[in-house]
Amino acid sequence: MSQFLEISGLNARIDADGQEKQILRGVDLSIPPGEVHVIMGPNGSGKSTLSYVLAGRDDYEVTSGSVQFQGQDLLAMEPEERAAAGLFLAFQSPVELPGVNNANFLRTAINAVRRARGQEELDAVAFLKLAREAAKTLSMAPDMLKRNVNVGFSGGEKKRNEVLQMTLLQPTFAILDETDSGLDVDALRVVAEGVNRLRAPTFSALVITHHQKLLDYLVPDRIHVMAKGRIILSGGPELARQIDQEGYAKFLSEAA
Amino acid sequence: MISPDRNGPLNLFTSRLEGITGAERQQAVAALQRAGLPTRRVEAWKYTALRALGQSSLSAPAALYDAKAARAVLDDVLSAQDSLASLPRLVFVNGRHAPELSVLPKAVTVTFFADTPRFGTAAAPDRDPLVALNTALAEDGAQIQVEAGVDGGALVLLSIGLGVQGSAFSFHPRHAVILASDARLELICVQAGQGAYFHNPVTDISVGSGAALEHVTLQLEGAEAVGLGTVYADVASEGVYDSFALGVDGLLLRHEVHARLGASRAAVHVNGVQRLGGSQVGDMTSVITHAAPDCISRQTVRNVLDGHARGVFQGKVLVEQIAQKTDGYQMNQALLLSPDAEIDAKPELEIYADDVRCSHGATVGALDDEQLFYLRSRGVPEAQARQILIEAFLDETLGLISHAGAQALCRAMLTRKGAAGESA
Repeated sequence: MSQFLEISGLNARIDADGQEKQILRGVDLSIPPGEVHVIMGPNGSGKSTLSYVLAGRDDYEVTSGSVQFQGQDLLAMEPEERAAAGLFLAFQSPVELPGVNNANFLRTAINAVRRARGQEELDAVAFLKLAREAAKTLSMAPDMLKRNVNVGFSGGEKKRNEVLQMTLLQPTFAILDETDSGLDVDALRVVAEGVNRLRAPTFSALVITHHQKLLDYLVPDRIHVMAKGRIILSGGPELARQIDQEGYAKFLSEAA
Repeated sequence: MISPDRNGPLNLFTSRLEGITGAERQQAVAALQRAGLPTRRVEAWKYTALRALGQSSLSAPAALYDAKAARAVLDDVLSAQDSLASLPRLVFVNGRHAPELSVLPKAVTVTFFADTPRFGTAAAPDRDPLVALNTALAEDGAQIQVEAGVDGGALVLLSIGLGVQGSAFSFHPRHAVILASDARLELICVQAGQGAYFHNPVTDISVGSGAALEHVTLQLEGAEAVGLGTVYADVASEGVYDSFALGVDGLLLRHEVHARLGASRAAVHVNGVQRLGGSQVGDMTSVITHAAPDCISRQTVRNVLDGHARGVFQGKVLVEQIAQKTDGYQMNQALLLSPDAEIDAKPELEIYADDVRCSHGATVGALDDEQLFYLRSRGVPEAQARQILIEAFLDETLGLISHAGAQALCRAMLTRKGAAGESA
C-alpha cells in the first residue's frame, strides 16, 4: 500500500564554505495518514536538515533517495508547490520580514495556496474574520496581525505566529521543527492545542523536539531517534520518556 | 567652434543657440560656450553620460501635438490614482502649457513663463551647464505663488512628453514655486510621456519663513526619453522643504536637487526611490548646504536595480562654518536583482562647523534567500515572493511621502514596473 509519506534512503549534503558536508546518510521513514511522529536526537544529527529538505530549501543537495508524498515525487516540486500540496514547515527560527504586514502576508499565502488548490480566494473581510478568530484561539494579541511579520516578536510570539500560519493554511502534513523550544508551559500548551485541533484521519505531523514536555500535550504515535544522519531506532511513546530520563548516550552506543 | 570632445553634446543645439537675445539668455549661451555640456570628465557627471541624447540635432518641439495621445497620458496617470483627478492641475505638453487639459487652482496664483518670463535668482545660469541650457532655450513653465499664511492645498504639475517618430527635439521648461511666510503647498510633479525626447526642466523654489512645501516628483518619462531635472530650493527660517523623487521610466533619468538652508531652524528632506531595469540609467544627485545654525537635513534614497540597469547616487552635505548645531542624516541603499545591475554611490560630507551631528551610510545587497524561501514555503510563488520583498524594501521610504494620493501614485507606478519586469 502506498504510504502517506515515504522517505527512502535519503542522502543530502550542504556546501559549507566550499566544503561539501554530508548531513543525511540514508534516512528511511514512513508516516501513515492520521499519525503524529516524533524525531528526537542529539544536536547536529540532521533533524533540521531533514525538515528543510522536505520543505524544499535549495541550499541542500539531495544526492540519492526519494520522498513520496501522497503519491507524488516531493523532491521534484518547488517549495510553493509542496505548500499547495499540503506540506507545512513550522520553522525553528521563524524569519523576520521587515516591511511586510503580517495580515497581508497571511492573506497572500492563504490565497496563493487556495488558488493552487482550485479553491476560491478569500476577500479582505472574510480573511480578517478568519485570521482574528484563529489568532484569538491561539491567545495572540490582536495587534500581531498589524505588525510586520515576526519583526520585534518575542520567541514565543514567533512560534505562535507559525502555528497561526499552520492553522490558516490547513496542511495535511505539518513538520514542527523545535516549535516548543524556548516556550513557557502556557505557550507550549497553546502550540500543542494548535496541532491537536488539526488532528484528523487525513492529517499527519512530524514533530522535532528535545523534550518530553510537549509530548504530554501532544500524544504521539511513534518516536524515532536520529543520529549521524540516519534513523537509528523507532518505538512507541514510551521511548520518549526513556530518552528524557536516560539521555541519548545509551541508544547511540547500542547503535554503533 | 563647438567640438563634441571638449563641449560634450552641445553641438546638438548649435543652431538654436545662435542669435539669442536678452541679457540672461546671452549670458547663459556664453557660459555654455565656455564650459560646454558635461562629459564624464566633469566630476559631477562622472557616473552619468549624456550619450543617451543621441547624435541628431535637437530642435524645438512642433507647435501642434497629438491631442488624443496627450489625453491618454493624462488619463493613464489619473487612472493609476483616481483621487488625483479632483485636484487642480497644470498640464504641459512638450514643455508648453496646455490650457485645455489644465484645471487652475483657486488658492494659488499661477502665471506662465511664456507670458512673463522670470529666470529667478537661485539658479544662476553659470552654475550648471544644463541650467544654462534651460535658461537659453526655456519657452514656458509654471510660476506658482502662495501668499503669506495661505494653505494652497495640493496641486498637480503634469508634464507630458510626446515623442514623434523621425523627429528629435527637446524642451526646457522653467518653473518657479514661491511660498511666502507661513504658506503651505503640496506640489505633485508628474513627468510622463511616450517615445523619445529630451526633457530638461529647471525648478526654482523659495520657501519663506515658517512655510512648508511638500514636493513629490515622479519620473515616468517615455521609454526612449531623457529626463534631466534640476531643482534649486532656498529655505528660510523655520521653513520646510520636504521633497521626494521617484525614478521609474525613461532611458536616462537624473534628478538633481540643490537645497540651501539659509536661515536658522529650517529643514529639508531630499528622499527618493529608483526602480530601474533593462539598460536604464537613473541618477539622484543632491547638494544640501547648511548655511545657518540649527537646521536639519534628512535624506533616504533606495534603489532597486534589475537587468543591466545602473543607479547613481551622489549626495553632498556641505556644512558651512556658521552652521553650528546642524543635524544631518543621509542614507543610500541599493537592492541589486541581477548580477549585471550596478549602483555607483558617492556620499560626501564637507563640514566646516565644529559642533554638528552628521551621519551617513550606504548599503548594497541582494534579495535575502531565507526570506524568499520562507515566503515560498507558505505557498507564495517565487515571482510574487520577490515582488513582496522588493515592495517591503521600499515601503518605509515611500512612507516618507506625506500626501496620501502622491504616495499611492508612487506605489501604483512601482507595482506596474514590477509587473512589467516579471513579464519581460
